[in-house]
Amino acid sequence: MAKTIVPIGPYHPLQEEPEFFILTVEGEKVVDVDVRIGYNHRGIEKLSEMKSFDQSTFVIERICGICSTSHPFAYTRAVEDIISIEVPERAKYIRTIIAEGERIHSHLLWLGLAGHFLGYNTVYMWVWKLREEILDVMEILTGNRNNYAMFKPGGIRRDIKSEDIPVVIKKMDSIVPTLEMLKKAVIDDPVIHARTKGIGILSKEEAINYCALGPTARASGVARDVRKDSPYGAYDKVEWDMIVTHNGDVFDKLVVRVLEVFESIRIIKNCFLSLPGGEIDANIKDIPPGEGIGNIEAPRGECFHYVRSDGTNRPVRHKVRAPTFMNLPTCKATVIGEYISDATIILAAIDPCYCCTERMTAIRNIRGKKIYSGEDLIKLSRKKTEILRNKMGVK
Amino acid sequence: MKREEILHNLRKIFKDDVIEVVDKSPKRVYIEIKHESLVKVASYIFKDLKARFNTASGVDMRNHMEILYHFLIEDINLLISLRVKLQKPKLEIDSLVPVFEGANWIEREIHEILGINFKGHPDLKRLLLPDDWPEGVYPLRRDYKEWDKNAIRDRGV
Repeated sequence: MAKTIVPIGPYHPLQEEPEFFILTVEGEKVVDVDVRIGYNHRGIEKLSEMKSFDQSTFVIERICGICSTSHPFAYTRAVEDIISIEVPERAKYIRTIIAEGERIHSHLLWLGLAGHFLGYNTVYMWVWKLREEILDVMEILTGNRNNYAMFKPGGIRRDIKSEDIPVVIKKMDSIVPTLEMLKKAVIDDPVIHARTKGIGILSKEEAINYCALGPTARASGVARDVRKDSPYGAYDKVEWDMIVTHNGDVFDKLVVRVLEVFESIRIIKNCFLSLPGGEIDANIKDIPPGEGIGNIEAPRGECFHYVRSDGTNRPVRHKVRAPTFMNLPTCKATVIGEYISDATIILAAIDPCYCCTERMTAIRNIRGKKIYSGEDLIKLSRKKTEILRNKMGVK
Repeated sequence: MKREEILHNLRKIFKDDVIEVVDKSPKRVYIEIKHESLVKVASYIFKDLKARFNTASGVDMRNHMEILYHFLIEDINLLISLRVKLQKPKLEIDSLVPVFEGANWIEREIHEILGINFKGHPDLKRLLLPDDWPEGVYPLRRDYKEWDKNAIRDRGV
């Protein structure tokens, strides 16, 4: 049979970010796949070399909106590794709380998108509504829904108020029943079984060979989690379990993420229960010459930063390696041999994040168009609905 | 295997390849090796010690290029960084892709941003830079000069 090339991207109505998949198909079977990335490349590593150590924290926080804690977390740990200092206990706990809050909202975001890719928009709407609750919690704790700006080399920038803690714990408890219901609805759903079970299998050997990370590796039976392997923050001080499944298909990746949300809630609650008092900042003055490595478990896998200092106030080299950079090449092992209709969910199953992979900052309004506020957007959306209603003759 | 045992073995097996071992902290070790012995040492660490390859990072040090290959041994929480130095202008090193697939993309990235040639890489094409980026211009080198007259030079200052 003749081979056909199906290009997906780089700009495509189904995609959230620009990426280019070149699928070679024979009939409906995918026989080869090639990925072209770089459409978001902004040269953050070079930019970071022009900023001071403190400024870099903010630059790399803007690498990605979803992992806006993971990158500063790994970076500050790398800088602390150069100086060889430990941050105060209270800062470690608060860092852990923020990082887990981010994991919950990132996993829920993916779950919603997975439902959307499968054409199951009910899941998408439910999950994203639930995600709002988590973003509210993050707003109570840090003042922002995203880009929390909580991290600095040596500690954190803002303390958590003690009167906020009961409110947050109550909110966390209130989302658990909805999550339980969702878990049952998603894991026991026959439609989701039919679409995700047994497709896009990444074997354990392939996961090790491709050095896959995070939920992608854990779904293939590789017990790999930086939080357990090289504990940081408060992960070795509170109780929690690593979720590992063994089939390596899309369904198992989904199960790992759903169950991890419950573990994250457990970690946050345990952290609040044993939150120590005291300082939140080690007050770093100068960064000596040397090199440091910081690695943490981001929602998608290990986030790795390498920072090198020559004794001035700016890094000489700052290498950023996001988890998707290692997970995306596994599509060669998972997509080939599958049907083209399953390719979208298989490619989405690793929870790809191109901003991170290519290290880009937030999108700027360069053409001087009007920037809408939240209220403006709601007004705009109502106006559009009204126009549509009138057109369709619905009262 | 314990940490001391691993370091002792590495020193013993590769005594002709290891140049310097810097024992920085309980969790971090930097080992400088000869660039021609990279594949030998890296496959020992990946296959025999069951380490995970984190990534590689290249630095332009003006007179030479330096590549660090980071491996994490998960059982004992030890991060081993293999350091190789490449003297300019001969920037060439053996590829690690035949040993494990995880090195594929990072070698492509280092190739295009620092201009280091990886011998034996199956497909050393561009990864991040656009197609109209000129040949022989490497953005992370110290001697990089902006070449695009129409580029938007907004540093956000």
